[in-house]
Amino acid sequence: MALYSEKVMDHFRNPRNVGQIDDADGIGEVGNAKCGDIMRMYIKVNDDQVITDIKFNTFGCGSAIATSSMATEMIKGKTIDEALTLSNKAVVEALDGLPTHKIHCSVLAEQAVRAAVKDYYDKKGIAYDPEDFKEIEEEDLPAHCGL
Amino acid sequence: MFVYADNAATTSVSKAALDAMLPYLTENYGNPSSLYAFGQKAAEALQEARETVAACINAEPREIIFTSGGSEADNQAIVSAAKLGARKGKKHLISTQFEHHAVLHTLSKLEKEGFEVTLLDPHSDGVIRVEDVEAAIRPDTALVTVMFANNEIGTVQPIAEIGALCREKGIPFHTDAVQAAGHMPIDVKAMNIDMLSMSGHKFHAPKGVGVLYARRGMVLTNIIEGGAQERGKRAGTENVAGIAAMAAALKESCEHMEENTAKIIPMRDKLFRELSKIPHSKINGSLEHHVPGTVNMCFEGIEGESLLLMLDDAGICASSGSACTSGSLDPSHVLLSIGLPHEVAHGSLRLSIGEYNTMEQIDHIIETVPKVVAYLRSMSPVWDELEKGQRPHLI
Repeated sequence: MALYSEKVMDHFRNPRNVGQIDDADGIGEVGNAKCGDIMRMYIKVNDDQVITDIKFNTFGCGSAIATSSMATEMIKGKTIDEALTLSNKAVVEALDGLPTHKIHCSVLAEQAVRAAVKDYYDKKGIAYDPEDFKEIEEEDLPAHCGL
Repeated sequence: MFVYADNAATTSVSKAALDAMLPYLTENYGNPSSLYAFGQKAAEALQEARETVAACINAEPREIIFTSGGSEADNQAIVSAAKLGARKGKKHLISTQFEHHAVLHTLSKLEKEGFEVTLLDPHSDGVIRVEDVEAAIRPDTALVTVMFANNEIGTVQPIAEIGALCREKGIPFHTDAVQAAGHMPIDVKAMNIDMLSMSGHKFHAPKGVGVLYARRGMVLTNIIEGGAQERGKRAGTENVAGIAAMAAALKESCEHMEENTAKIIPMRDKLFRELSKIPHSKINGSLEHHVPGTVNMCFEGIEGESLLLMLDDAGICASSGSACTSGSLDPSHVLLSIGLPHEVAHGSLRLSIGEYNTMEQIDHIIETVPKVVAYLRSMSPVWDELEKGQRPHLI
């Protein structure tokens, strides 16, 4: 059996929404180069709080790139509130599964989305509960490599 | 184009090896321990193989123990020396940080049993210094084990010098020669090697067969208990076909060593020369002390596994020391031991070529790798930061 599902390989080979957005409304970056994976997500949000555009840059393994791609695809066109409900589990399911030692990548993808939303809130001055975004800050510590 | 460039992982079985093994799978399938002539045919094949292997490394046939591979040979050599030392109150073992895990994990097991282990750091060129070995030796040192050539970066260690030092001090010396056997000249007598491990599938024999050379007088501890095979030092009915194949493969490799090296070196050098043109790349390990076929490089701003997957799509089989490919949280212990920062070690690529590769294949690699590196960098936030000066280049 191959290491990755066909879906993972498809998103790895043809990643959706790769790139940067110069005038992004929110940018989120999670991970650590020491651990071997960093994800950065850019979002454009309209007045109705709908994510109209999303791009990502990822440094990491095949599943890091595939989970980034899948996560962007899953929240593009969704509202901010809907994006915040995106779970790593949903990303894994949409990719037809990931090897156990790669689940970490899907957690990063979920957190990259949350980090981008948090940045959007910060920039727009929208109030939020910092507790909801606690794990994003912790992720930057190298001690958390691989979770 | 399909390019197998992972010969340090395993090799294809040569025709000579296959021809040598087939009769012992079909017509001569007897058990070498059987008394009747049919079994004794197999026993003769073992004896012949023992003589062939011994001749390739200038050992005596009785000093050759056939094992299931390099890992078993490493385990047995280290445990034997440790047990022997412990009987004399010597419980200190010396090795290096960048050994194969077959050595490192055996040493940590012994550490838990009360042995003390000193692991020497290689210098940044990937070479252990004999002075460092000498400085680590204590009155209670029971073993020095230093690999002949490193499996990831291909650097060759000063084995003859370390051997001479250990002989002078009366300390058993073992070397894991899995990456060197069949690719470089080995003379256990001239190099003062007391024990040496080999693995058949690294030089065109099948997987599952290896050698432990143990100099006459070395007291061995059994790892596998049972029958009296291998002079009572390794139980289990011998893998006659595999052993016959291994002897044929080793003989062929040793007889054609110069010719093979002359073919491989220009291909390897072209890889180094061309891939070094990729900006912010680095060659790992000294080129001066190097096995012929191994190329190890790092490319900043990318991660090794995604590099391997993309090379796989281009038909190229290679390996990497990134955390994702090592199956652990940290990148390769070898790359870290020569001082590479974690973020650089994640972007490593090992290409290991052999005499079966062609210059056309090398050209395909040279054409593909820069494109893949550039593509992965184009989507890497790390590369973005490096390019914008927000993160310092490390290589």
